[in-house]
Amino acid sequence: MATTSISFTETPLLNLVLRRADDALILGHRLSKWCGHAPMVEEDIALANIALDLIGQARSLYDYAARIDDSGFTEDHFAYRRDEHQYRNCLLVEQPNGDFAATVVRQVLFSAFMDLYWRETMKSRDETLAAIAAKAEKETAYHLRHSGEWLIRLGDGTDESHARAQEALDELWAYTGELFETDETERAVIESGVTPDVGSRQESWQKRIEPILREATLKIPSAPFMHTGGRSGRHSEHLGYILADLQYLQRAHPEAVW
Amino acid sequence: MSKKHLPLWEVFIRSRSGLAHKHCGSVHAADAEMALQAARDVYTRRGEGNSIWVVQSSAIVASDPSDKDELFEPAMSKIYRHPTFYEVPDEVGHM
Repeated sequence: MATTSISFTETPLLNLVLRRADDALILGHRLSKWCGHAPMVEEDIALANIALDLIGQARSLYDYAARIDDSGFTEDHFAYRRDEHQYRNCLLVEQPNGDFAATVVRQVLFSAFMDLYWRETMKSRDETLAAIAAKAEKETAYHLRHSGEWLIRLGDGTDESHARAQEALDELWAYTGELFETDETERAVIESGVTPDVGSRQESWQKRIEPILREATLKIPSAPFMHTGGRSGRHSEHLGYILADLQYLQRAHPEAVW
Repeated sequence: MSKKHLPLWEVFIRSRSGLAHKHCGSVHAADAEMALQAARDVYTRRGEGNSIWVVQSSAIVASDPSDKDELFEPAMSKIYRHPTFYEVPDEVGHM
């Protein structure tokens, strides 16, 4: 059975598109696991909405990846037929859902980053990315609003919700450094005006986060150590399990359609 | 563990083409902002509207179902209140 992984040439543009696509797919998949399990039915639907926004973004991006690669692969090949080390998502999005506080904290940290990113990418010289950004930015702005309001209520809520939110923040903060890393591959597309230089956006990001955390009475942890590696395919133990779940059907029955 | 329920909010949506907000359901939420978001997430995911009102259910004053007869029955026999006895001239067109 042809279940092998695809191989392709990863140009700087393709690498960039896969970073964005993989972030969206993996977090979308994580959030989809809340469906039927959220603390209340309203939030169950809210989380599923966010998951669907992200999976929609991932689809547009994988479709673009397939067009850049131009060797006959489709969006599905990029989603279902790459191994862990070929995945380019940041480590933050693959962290477990944990309790509701952990899911909310992860969403705030990531959405604040992506909201800035998409807003700037609307001015990209790459027309396709600019168009994807224009649609994704509106979705992401709401993700940040929704998760931000929840974090304020959890942090400034009961002793238990505060403790859980703070614990999640302490744990996940160590995955935020990676969001602002750039490497040589990415610099090529930064210099050509395709993507904003995320390396210089950490301060703007922190300015978005701080008022939320202040209102939530949460403290930014002093994390001397930042995890890294996702962008170059060195993932935490979690991604393998996610992919096993996500890719099983296409690996077992390649090209299967609904 | 104390089990407190979140307040109930009634949701009103104005559809794209509609002029008035119409009642479409209810959500549970801790406060107004979260009620608005829950209403957006639950009731506008298929493009149903472009404006949302939420109002705490407890703020609504409702008529008592047992008063139904005295409140509504007297109107039933006043058919002359319906504007069905007028001839509308063709020139008026669609009303």
